[in-house]
Amino acid sequence: MPNGAQPVLDVQGLKTVFKIRGGEVHAVNDVSFDLRAGELLGVVGESGSGKSVTMMSLLGLLPTPPADVRDGTVTFQGQDLLKVDAETLRGVRGGKIGFVFQDPMTSLNPVYNVGMQIMEPLRKHMGMNKKQATVRAKELLELVGIPDAERRLKDYPHQFSGGMRQRVMIAIALACDPQVLIADEPTTALDVTIQAQILELMKDLQERLGMAVIWITHDLGVVAGIADRVLVMYGGQIVEQAPTRELFRDPQHPYTRALLKTVPRVTGGREERLAIIEGQPPILGEQPTACPFRDRCDVAFDMCAKQNPPRFDVGNGHDAACFYDARTGGPRNA
Amino acid sequence: MLTYTIRRLFTAIPTLIFISLIIFLLLDMAPGDPTASLPLTIPPEVREQIRQSLGMGEPVHIRYLLWLKQMVWSEPMFYLSQSVSWIDTPDAARLISWQTRAPVLDTVFERIPQTLMVVGLAYVVGVLIALPIGVISAYRQYSVFDQAGTFVSMIGFSIPPFFSGVLMIILFTVMMPNDSFWWFPSIYDTTLVVDSWENFGKQVRQMVLPVMVLALQTTAQISRFMRASMLDNLNQDYVRTARAKGMTESVVVLKHVLRNSMIPVITVIALGIPAIFGGAIITEQIFKVNGIGQLLIVSIQGSDVPMVQTLTFIFAVLIVFFNLIADILYGILDPRIRYD
Ligand SMILES: Nc1ncnc2c1ncn2[C@@H]1O[C@H](COP(=O)(O)OP(=O)(O)OP(=O)(O)O)[C@@H](O)[C@H]1O
Ligand code: SF4
Ligand SMILES: [Mg+2]
Repeated sequence: MPNGAQPVLDVQGLKTVFKIRGGEVHAVNDVSFDLRAGELLGVVGESGSGKSVTMMSLLGLLPTPPADVRDGTVTFQGQDLLKVDAETLRGVRGGKIGFVFQDPMTSLNPVYNVGMQIMEPLRKHMGMNKKQATVRAKELLELVGIPDAERRLKDYPHQFSGGMRQRVMIAIALACDPQVLIADEPTTALDVTIQAQILELMKDLQERLGMAVIWITHDLGVVAGIADRVLVMYGGQIVEQAPTRELFRDPQHPYTRALLKTVPRVTGGREERLAIIEGQPPILGEQPTACPFRDRCDVAFDMCAKQNPPRFDVGNGHDAACFYDARTGGPRNA
Repeated sequence: MLTYTIRRLFTAIPTLIFISLIIFLLLDMAPGDPTASLPLTIPPEVREQIRQSLGMGEPVHIRYLLWLKQMVWSEPMFYLSQSVSWIDTPDAARLISWQTRAPVLDTVFERIPQTLMVVGLAYVVGVLIALPIGVISAYRQYSVFDQAGTFVSMIGFSIPPFFSGVLMIILFTVMMPNDSFWWFPSIYDTTLVVDSWENFGKQVRQMVLPVMVLALQTTAQISRFMRASMLDNLNQDYVRTARAKGMTESVVVLKHVLRNSMIPVITVIALGIPAIFGGAIITEQIFKVNGIGQLLIVSIQGSDVPMVQTLTFIFAVLIVFFNLIADILYGILDPRIRYD
């Protein structure tokens, strides 16, 4: 386990707001985390919890307007990515940090062949000529397990299946040997067997290439299988952070505990029904001043309405943003 | 791509035959007699002879086939024999205009340069202005530039050429002092021969007003299409992918987005080429450009059936031809179509 390794990416106090008609949506609030070299960091949370917005904010990939990354620092190789000039940022995007998006069906440009789309970052970031880039592109397709790679370089996205396209996306993200790979729910659009294949592939590549990976998903089962450490997001905040085994052994936040109950478990050959968390995730019109999970929390008490809980360290590299201490059954002493 | 093109080509042929049949039958049913404009002193027997010599005695399907043969074989062969020595001039008589007694196609070919010069140039100018306007308007949506573009397009869309043409004449010919740089002639002088810089200047000046009128219309339409298509594509996921790969904004917009956006726009542009001949009928009339649009009007007024038949057939050919061009360009730009 790469525990205690140097962080390659350090995010502090990130805040992203969308300006919409008649107000704002505070999609990401004071998010801080780090990513250590060679680790696979899982990010979980239900739909709308701000996972994608957080990751896209890091690389300035959100359309502005409406998005506005208002606050925070993103330290990567001694530079704050939120402050660097456009050219430096472009050098990081696709060169040092690769990105795989949620929907493989629409993430490739339909009018260019996949060879050209894989070669684009190679030529830009690695300064390769066309011939070198072609050779490398072929290697990459082989790496992600696409048979007959040389011929397929000339094919267009519509000639690939969904799973194949996602492999192409992964090949693009890996093209320039990035230090960090951000995968935003890379398997949700795929069927279960393909999901398992892609998962297998990513884990394998990560071990072989030694890069750090951020893996976004809303599937805790996936996280349990591959992640070294987990961030749980809710209402645009990180509500719990822990090494994977620690999180599953001793979840601290009521939201995490509810999530864990929704993971299907095979007991005695019969699958239990999913426990559904009552209520809706909040859409925050302003900076939250109370715990965003309050309305759905079964152990909420007066403190929770007065203040937004900070992240309390509970030992073993584990922290949770909750005033309630499950171990004592009473309030935490800050 | 080749099979795709060939397939399109073959489907064009029955379309053309069908259209020609419709045109022929429609005009055949129209009232009008080739001898109507002859002097009344000609006796009825002679009149009848003239009618027979024009082939009016034959049943309609024979006349159609004869006409078709004339259009696709005799006339092309005649022009071929004129240009290369090893083809003999065909025996068949030329198709003659009832009004001018000159071969129909000779007249048409005399008129085409004027039309191409004015209408064609206007279209090229209009498209060349429209595309960048569309791209910038979309990329800077709701900016001052975009708002201005929207306003100008609205004007171009809503004011028909017969109005804007007259307005231009009033502004630049009637109200403008004659010695001003901004004065432009309202009448297009076809007899002007460009043999000196001075005449070249004159030629340019007399083209300004009709080109402006037509280009305004083209620009308004194409720039709207371009803008809408760009906006559609700018929000696509593949654009984000391109940015995430570290591509510069110019590569993202001009390579990734533009090519996708051109797919629907190229169809509109190609299909607009024959359509503008129709639109130009009015503009040619206003500015007295004696192009084929004007020829059509005069021929209709004079019940010159062979001329009208030929011109409508040419328009039909143009429409089918540019449909074909649009299809082919579509296939070149979009691999999903090509590999069907
Ligand atoms: N363009 C936008 N305009 C306004 N609000 C937005 C926009 N994009 C995202 N949001 C808001 O930001 C919040 C977080 O969205 P985000 O896409 O990060 O969720 P997510 O955790 O990735 O969800 P999912 O699992 O569905 O991908 C949501 O509440 C959403 O409403
Ligand atoms: S802070 Fe309060 S409301 Fe929020 S999760 Fe903890 S106990 Fe529930
Ligand atoms: Mg998402």
